[in-house]
Amino acid sequence: MSKVRQLDDIIAGIKDGATIMFGGFLGVGSPLKSIEKIVDSGVKDLTVASVVNSYPGGGFDLAPLFKNRQVRKFITAHTGTCPEAVEALKAGDLEIEFYPMGTWIEKVRAAGAGLGGVLTPIGLGTLVEDGKQRLELDGKSYLVEMPLRADYGFIAGYRADTMGNVEYRGVSLNSNPVIATAADFTVAEVNEIVDVGEIDPSRVGTPCLFVDAVVQGHSLAEHQAVFERLWVSTGRLAARATAA
Amino acid sequence: METKDAIAQRAALELADGEVVNLGFGMPTAVANHIPDGVNVILQSENGCLMFGPTPSLGEQDGDVANAGGQPITLLPGASIFDLATSFGIIRGGHVDTTILGALEVDQDGCIANWAMPVAPGKYSPGMGGAMDLVGGARKVVAVLQHTDKKGRSKVLKKCTLPITGKGVLKTIITEKAVFEVTPTGLVLKEIARGLTVDELKAITDADFVVSQDLCEYRLHS
Repeated sequence: MSKVRQLDDIIAGIKDGATIMFGGFLGVGSPLKSIEKIVDSGVKDLTVASVVNSYPGGGFDLAPLFKNRQVRKFITAHTGTCPEAVEALKAGDLEIEFYPMGTWIEKVRAAGAGLGGVLTPIGLGTLVEDGKQRLELDGKSYLVEMPLRADYGFIAGYRADTMGNVEYRGVSLNSNPVIATAADFTVAEVNEIVDVGEIDPSRVGTPCLFVDAVVQGHSLAEHQAVFERLWVSTGRLAARATAA
Repeated sequence: METKDAIAQRAALELADGEVVNLGFGMPTAVANHIPDGVNVILQSENGCLMFGPTPSLGEQDGDVANAGGQPITLLPGASIFDLATSFGIIRGGHVDTTILGALEVDQDGCIANWAMPVAPGKYSPGMGGAMDLVGGARKVVAVLQHTDKKGRSKVLKKCTLPITGKGVLKTIITEKAVFEVTPTGLVLKEIARGLTVDELKAITDADFVVSQDLCEYRLHS
């Protein structure tokens, strides 16, 4: 059975107040088309979980969700790259729950892996410890961190077959494979949708059983162009200097 | 010499051949430009790779190859990529030898504050990112910061005033004026900038420190 869906149909089903987890790291490996459609839908009072926020300076990937005040609560390790979110936070329109980055990903992993939580020493003696249970085991102290899951998980990959097996490329897998395991409904946005059997099993980064829907994102060529524009416009890429 | 340049140059001397190293953003990023000849380190980018190289030129970039600042990078021979759970397993599991991190404040108990600036009552920005994991997991944690703030107030304190990133985690503190080793009994001054006396340093340093028997001039290499 094919899991290929129209993105619009999925977005139409998202209700106000939903909890959504997004893969990606500052826009890299982010499900950009899905985010755009969620922005356009106007759905609000969202709880959004993403390991970090938008590309530095805002205006890209997750930033419009905060600009439009569609997010009520944000669960993350870092938000400083997104001026839109910092502004919403200052104005009192946004609640942010911070976790150390390694704790954030382990909370998600725990949710997907059927664990009751995570024991970690990270955050002991800091604000992160507030309101949390502390355990002593073998003479060492740990914080108890609870699992983190979502109604929807939107991940980004390179290719998916129609069964939902996802292949990643480059350094863009980041939080995607873990998030795929921890949502009630996982949507894989990919550059290319291929027939079953096209992806070598050893290249499958997320097995099909974690994926509920496959949607077409930017083609790889479009995807490359998006990042070239982004990096050139923010001064991160320059033509190689040629001899005068 | 630029203050930040001096700090980055000095911090590079903290790295030893063969180490796995994670450099934070800001001043620590510049440390990579000053690693001495003969010292080869494995740089980690916490979004999920080891052995990354310089920024690519236009046309050589890949939209799926970026560092933890979202900026394009290249991958060197021997590079590897992995997901975030593995990346933070590397960090938290004690597999990173040295991390060099920028700091807003440090103190004589080895605490570092570099994640939380109050933006409204009870609200903080920007967030700790991977810094708490790094200070908790790396074998050696080095803080780099300017000795004083814009108003001339010491940022090397008796006790941090901002929310801390980690308690008692620092091994070394490097400013443009001095290098301190953090010991169980407090700070030990190891190096002092040329032309500065210990008394002058004390006058601009809130933290208490003792002077090492082998105190030397601030080391820089070109």
